[in-house]
Amino acid sequence: MMFLNCQKPGLIRDPYVYAPDSVLLDLEDAVAQREKDAARFSLFHALREIDYRGVERVVRINGLDTAYWEEDVRCAVAGGCDSIRIPKTETAEDVRRVEQAVAEAEREFGIEPGRTLIMAALESARGVLNALEICSASPRLFGIALSGGDYTKDLQTGISGTGVELMGARQHMIIAARAAGVQCFDTVWTSLCDMEGFRRETEMIHAMGFDGKSVINPRQIPIVHEIFTPKAKEIDFAEKVVREIDEKRAQGIGVFTVDGKMIDIAFYDGAKRVLALARASGVYKGEL
Amino acid sequence: MRNAVGREIPDEILKLTGKEPFQGNLYKNGVPFRRYAPIVRPVMDNRHSKLVRDIREALEKCGAHSGMTVSFHHHFRDGDLIVCMVMEEIRKMGLKNITLAATSLGKAHDALVPMIEDGTITRIEASGVRGKIGEAISAGKLKGLAIMRSHGGRVRSLVTGETRVDIAFIGAPTSDDYGNLRGIGGKTDCGVLSYSYVDGDQAEHVVAITDCLVPFPNFPAHISMTKVDYVCVVDAIGIPEKIATGAAKPTTDQRKLMMAEYCTQVVVNTPYFKDGFSYQTGVGGASIASTISLTKIMKERGIKMGFGVGGLTKPMCDLLDSGMVRLLLDTQDFDLDAVASVRNPAHHRITASAYANPFNKGAFVNRLDYVILAALEVDVHFNCNVVVGSDGVITGAQGGHPDTAQGAKCTIVITPLLQGRIPAVCSDVTTVTTPGESIDVVVTDYGVAVNPNRHDLLDALCAAGTIPLKTIEELRDTAYAIAGEPQKVEFGDRVVGIIEARDGTIMDVVYQVKD
Repeated sequence: MMFLNCQKPGLIRDPYVYAPDSVLLDLEDAVAQREKDAARFSLFHALREIDYRGVERVVRINGLDTAYWEEDVRCAVAGGCDSIRIPKTETAEDVRRVEQAVAEAEREFGIEPGRTLIMAALESARGVLNALEICSASPRLFGIALSGGDYTKDLQTGISGTGVELMGARQHMIIAARAAGVQCFDTVWTSLCDMEGFRRETEMIHAMGFDGKSVINPRQIPIVHEIFTPKAKEIDFAEKVVREIDEKRAQGIGVFTVDGKMIDIAFYDGAKRVLALARASGVYKGEL
Repeated sequence: MRNAVGREIPDEILKLTGKEPFQGNLYKNGVPFRRYAPIVRPVMDNRHSKLVRDIREALEKCGAHSGMTVSFHHHFRDGDLIVCMVMEEIRKMGLKNITLAATSLGKAHDALVPMIEDGTITRIEASGVRGKIGEAISAGKLKGLAIMRSHGGRVRSLVTGETRVDIAFIGAPTSDDYGNLRGIGGKTDCGVLSYSYVDGDQAEHVVAITDCLVPFPNFPAHISMTKVDYVCVVDAIGIPEKIATGAAKPTTDQRKLMMAEYCTQVVVNTPYFKDGFSYQTGVGGASIASTISLTKIMKERGIKMGFGVGGLTKPMCDLLDSGMVRLLLDTQDFDLDAVASVRNPAHHRITASAYANPFNKGAFVNRLDYVILAALEVDVHFNCNVVVGSDGVITGAQGGHPDTAQGAKCTIVITPLLQGRIPAVCSDVTTVTTPGESIDVVVTDYGVAVNPNRHDLLDALCAAGTIPLKTIEELRDTAYAIAGEPQKVEFGDRVVGIIEARDGTIMDVVYQVKD
């Protein structure tokens, strides 16, 4: 998910050339106070006029404690965005307020009801602790994201680059997201001169189970893709697991080995997920 | 009359210049001509001094007169002080109708505009014109024509006698009192003096201007005393920080890096990428990034470059230092590292004639495997424009673009699909400066197009499977879908400039812009 400042038309013009999976069109922190309306204007026309070529368009609205967020929602929904990102989410009620505004905007502008999804950014200790209720607050809510900068401020610490200060939040959020059946996205890495650090952190959050990472520069995209795209070996193994489980199940066999590893039905969904991700990443053209 | 790239060349321009319309790259191949020879004034008296008091004295001794042609070189780039210094003296002498034949003109020469307006300068011949002079020409302020020709084309023009230089002024970072000139060793180093050799050979008078007089002999001389009539010492010939800057940091712009990667993939997947290949690249972020990424693949595959040629930057000199290229052939230095590298014995100075003159018995460009170029516009016929902006104003220079594009076996043009809000890939370029027959591959951020005439390259790149191949029409359509099809620039009726092909025929003309 690549962050883009709506105040800068040159940035939101054609970000799809960098092949992000989604773009976050920001009306919040990146936009100067006096440019809020201009950014909204750019956003609306970008959503209406630009073919983002399959890249999902997420709009980050201003905080619910500002005078801007409701008009942000109207503008984003009218433009036809794919989802709204709520900043500084702390409670399920926050999600429901936005849900209601989104539903009203969909009605007002004749958008198919339920088309506009929601994601919630957790940026405080309270928000992180309430992760499960936030994840379960709305059928429109497809995922949560950690916002490391504000969260560490709330913890009265800072970003160290090691990830130690974010460890608890990351663990808690991924568990809550999985419990609620929604996706979980990691925070940005802001040190552009330390690409190795970015790679290490991305590898770590991938191993933790996150579904993706926010990026602030297109240079970071190929690294995220490289780490999240299943490797040929993983794809081969997943294919074998799916085929073997389908075959063995028909024969009434529950446990068996594939390439020397013990496999049972519990591996089925994971293998299917690897193949789906590989297909979405364009590296798998098989039938499974 | 319509020429080979479909441009209408007005009959009155053909008549006025005595030129033919462009008829294809090889129209003059093998056609004999007699080399023009200037008058030489022998120096036999061993008491003769070449030193003059000032530029005024040099002008007077050379017989400066109204209607004469004076020439300059552009190795001092935006830091050049010589052109304005000399032209101001000419203006003070009250001389008019001067033809200014420079290798290139830029922002350093904005002060010449009043001399164009008052008729001191009435004709300009240059590789191109940036800055306010370009605006003045496009506004119709130059009384005569501006002729834009490539570096190689300029040498041709001088050796055929089409351009006859009365006085050549050669800025020299160091000179002795007898006119042995070097591009290094002074306080205003530019590295090499490649573009000036032909002026030394072909001008009626040659004046060296230096701000660093050194003991005789200034050796090994880049330009020999045998060609120099007078030596003039001035306080400063240039502004060092505007001549050669520190090496540009490698770009971190992902769009440029993407284009660089596509370019590298094109190079490594074409048949000329083998040990001993030859290569020229530019100074843009994507070009430099491509050189860096290409180096990694060369190391992986154990391939070394035979020679690198043209204007040089640090990444090319790094290749020499690391033994990845056998030798460098230098025509110009763009950064301090390249200037310093001139002292490396494998870093060779070459003349503009050896580099690119189409009318000698074979130039280095003919032996290039790859050249990486930029362009303001490329059209669906692969014609390029590197001189005239999308607003119709003269704003760039041909440089070695047409020379290397024709000479190289694989000519790659890198350009973002949109230059700001203007499509860089379009139906018809504003002005043709390099013909499509010279261009093989166009690399953009939206994909790579191969000239259909090069099905051999297309087959190789298709087989590689690592390059997002598009047709040039697809790229144009994508650009138009995003930015809309630009309206044609509205020009007036008067021709203000000629884009000359390498062989001296007319590639295109530039009209005065409407107010």
